[in-house]
Amino acid sequence: MTELAKKRPEFRNINALTDLPTYRMPVAAWVSILHRISGVLMFVLLPFIIWMFDTSVSSEISNAKFRHFFNDGALGVVAKLVALALIWAYLHHFIAGLRHVWMDVSHKAVAKAAGAASAKFTLVASLVLTVALGAKLFGVY
Amino acid sequence: MAVNYGSRRSVVGAHYGTRDWLAQRATALLMAVFTIIVLASVLFSRGPVSYESWAGIFHPQWMKMLTFATILGLIYHVWVGMRDVLMDYVKPVGIRLALQILVIVWLAGCAGWAIQVLWRV
Repeated sequence: MTELAKKRPEFRNINALTDLPTYRMPVAAWVSILHRISGVLMFVLLPFIIWMFDTSVSSEISNAKFRHFFNDGALGVVAKLVALALIWAYLHHFIAGLRHVWMDVSHKAVAKAAGAASAKFTLVASLVLTVALGAKLFGVY
Repeated sequence: MAVNYGSRRSVVGAHYGTRDWLAQRATALLMAVFTIIVLASVLFSRGPVSYESWAGIFHPQWMKMLTFATILGLIYHVWVGMRDVLMDYVKPVGIRLALQILVIVWLAGCAGWAIQVLWRV
């Protein structure tokens, strides 16, 4: 066996259950992991998103079914909560993605302070917009 | 395209991910443009959002073209993202390959459905 082909030692000293909860995550790390989680969430719920597109747009009858589905007792509330989770996921993913693109084209954006500030903005803006749209969704205004 | 097999196969360099990285950005910007156009169409429609005004957004041929391109871009974007996630967290090659195939099947099915809906409008 040559020197290269030898199995190299692998150091895995991070235990997901005992170590990760003790980590102090900087705000940019939260944006990063939430970018992932929101992306996977939208991937898993993609058929629900297409179903909403389908029923809302196909015909007047299906559109009425679509409206009824979201206003039908407890199931409607659950459906609205799932939709709200998708709204947050989209907003967070959208803003965090723009932050990525901005960091790709600007040296200033990747400075430590600017990175922390844009990460905070991402978290706050996506949550504020989610609350505003959620209030609309649940008929507050 | 340059020959990349046999004796000319490129076996070094860190450029393998560059194409996916760039595609991730390009498809993201396409989806952002699509989002802004749909959002603007809804916000600037007069009165409450009716079936006609909502479905009407997808009536023009250029909007069908844009939506079609956005669906393809979305599928590619999700593929790159899910592949990254699977490469990071799923180490056994067999399981990772199986999950990657499932992702492709899932996305192909979703793309077909979305495109079918688009031409039903």
